[in-house]
Amino acid sequence: MDKVMRIFLQAINFTVFMGVVGYFSIYPEFKYLQDDEAMITLAIKHASQRQKECRKMSPEELAKLPPNMRVGMDCPRERSPLDIDVALDGKSVIAKNIESPGLHKDQTIDIFESIKVKAGKHMLSIKMNDSVRVKGPTFTHEQDIALEPAQLLVIQFDTAAGKFIID
Amino acid sequence: MKTFNPIRRGYLALEEWFNISFGGELNPLYHLGSLAFFFFWVVLVSGIYLFVFFDTSVSGAYKSVEYLTHDQWYLGGVMRSLHRYASDAAIVTIILHMFREFALDRYRGFRWFSWFTGVPTLWFVVTLGITGYWLVWDELGLYVAIFSARLMDALPIVSGSMARNFLEGQMTDRFFTLMGFLHLLGQPVILIFALWIHVKRLSHVEISCPRGLALGSFIALMALSLYMPAVSHAPADLSKVPANLKIDWFYLNIYPLLDIWDAWDVWLLTIGITFFMMIMPWLPPKKTGAAAVVHLDECNGCGQCADDCPFDAITMQQRTDGARWEYEVVVADNLCAACGICVGSCHSSNIFRYKDKTLETGIDMPQFPVDEVRSKTAEVISSIEGDTKILVFGCNHAYDLKQINEPGVGIMSLICTGMIPPSLVEYALKNGVDGVLLTGCRNGDCFYRYGNIWMDKRFDGDRKPVLRERADRSRIEVFRAAETDGKKLTTKINEFRQHLESLDSQANVTQHDAATQEVQNG
Ligand code: HEM
Repeated sequence: MDKVMRIFLQAINFTVFMGVVGYFSIYPEFKYLQDDEAMITLAIKHASQRQKECRKMSPEELAKLPPNMRVGMDCPRERSPLDIDVALDGKSVIAKNIESPGLHKDQTIDIFESIKVKAGKHMLSIKMNDSVRVKGPTFTHEQDIALEPAQLLVIQFDTAAGKFIID
Repeated sequence: MKTFNPIRRGYLALEEWFNISFGGELNPLYHLGSLAFFFFWVVLVSGIYLFVFFDTSVSGAYKSVEYLTHDQWYLGGVMRSLHRYASDAAIVTIILHMFREFALDRYRGFRWFSWFTGVPTLWFVVTLGITGYWLVWDELGLYVAIFSARLMDALPIVSGSMARNFLEGQMTDRFFTLMGFLHLLGQPVILIFALWIHVKRLSHVEISCPRGLALGSFIALMALSLYMPAVSHAPADLSKVPANLKIDWFYLNIYPLLDIWDAWDVWLLTIGITFFMMIMPWLPPKKTGAAAVVHLDECNGCGQCADDCPFDAITMQQRTDGARWEYEVVVADNLCAACGICVGSCHSSNIFRYKDKTLETGIDMPQFPVDEVRSKTAEVISSIEGDTKILVFGCNHAYDLKQINEPGVGIMSLICTGMIPPSLVEYALKNGVDGVLLTGCRNGDCFYRYGNIWMDKRFDGDRKPVLRERADRSRIEVFRAAETDGKKLTTKINEFRQHLESLDSQANVTQHDAATQEVQNG
């Protein structure tokens, strides 16, 4: 075949090849969030309350223990599950009930959960229960929020201060 | 007869189109592995340039890439685009490479190893691309980071949430440096190792692709880089969610799935596909013929077969039979593809030896020993009728010779044309055929990788054992034909017949002239 013709055909092939490469390297565009959406991320790291309260040991019980173990308190390790509900304008958007991890259910609970919500003004309310010994929420929080489109609102919990941090 | 396979037919049509536009030598489909290597080279060189200017801190990464892209667009920007597009082109090439091996049924049997190791290699390439996007630390980088973390969090190996790292105020340089280390050193080293394993069972591996193809690809990459320079998204902002993303679908295709599926489902899908692909060579398995056997009595340990073996199945070891030669040939049965190329390599396969008894050679195929090849050839020759007799030699992996329905044509199909000792062609010409036509897999596309290449070299006198000078080359023709090339092959046979007839009539004229001259002189 004619050399010029061959080069022409090769150019066509390379154009198609690079067309595919160039196109799929950015298109079709992926819309992760719609223009009127924002996101709420719940990022809680919290050790919940022990399931049973520490109890003072009776002298008889203490006597049964080896001398170096006679601390005087019996503290069962098992911690409560964490029950949390995040609501926007009274409608629940994230609801979680999580057991404490670990073989003895004694470790810190780690929740990381994101949801897409409509941007704009909302009433945010959070209810959390971290103790089986209490009926109803042990911590609550209510706040008016205004979410910009594509804004990320993070809900965290400061265990030491015992309050939510909304950022 | 081969069954009709639409995938194979489709592939062959594509191959034909590339043969028209590139010619057999430069057909990209015959060099996909080495073309992928070429793109890796471009990625490596451009990557080293980018690394010189890259700032591996969270705060500096984006700015340094922006500097390259805009302030230094003429070099840094071009390098960045080449880095991106060569990586993408590598994926396209690798996918075609896989498709080809699959379409031509070159992934089962003795090839299981190359296929099996190719699958994880592809993943190493993809994950290398993923960390690359991460490093730009723009909105896309952040998106990749968050969702990679979600994928990792779904696995029971890390305690605590990795995704937490990407909350405002918690992103550390440490994490970022780890990614830099992985992308710049860790992953490339793993990839090189994986590729080494991938081609370990092959010999004469084509690592560098033909210059013309490399040049064309480079010009094409350059053109794309100038026409559509690679750019970043807005810088990563941890207080915002990356909303509109221009995703590189070659590398980041699983991420959008995480939007609709649970991380675990995405894992299951990827693991499922990977697992399925890895076991494909056994769905169903393909039996490889019996391995080549060595006859030490006929082997002088010259090593030609070991050098010719495309699958590294033959090694040379110290002589064990007390013969005066230093080495002997040993075949690793588990590596042998039973292609018979070694039979064609062995000088003891000379067809003119042991005329009246069994022809023993140094290395032979139990399913079609060279002695049987000789006797079958003689049989076929004696069955050809007509004035101009043509013998066609072909192989079991290309055009099915049984479909040739031309007068005066005999057919001999071997395991591979690389199995043909050049003396066999001479033998045929001496024993009554007017011409020998050699066909088999298309040039550059031998089912056993090197069969037709070695055959050509032997016939051209470039590789031992050579076709002797005295063989009449005007009566030997080579025309390769795949499954779909029946018409072309028939045309070629007819042309060849005419050519042979003209040779014969010329010979008659010359004889006649000589006789007339004699009469006149006399
Ligand atoms: C990741 C990048 C890859 C590169 C750079 C690559 C490169 C190569 C090269 C250079 C060869 C030898 C070709 C020759 O000289 O004949 C080869 C063979 C092969 N590759 Fe790959 N490969 C890659 C991935 C894959 C994948 C993903 C698969 C399939 C899952 C695959 C399947 C095969 C097979 C079956 C062969 C054997 C070919 C034969 O025996 O003729 N490769 N590859």
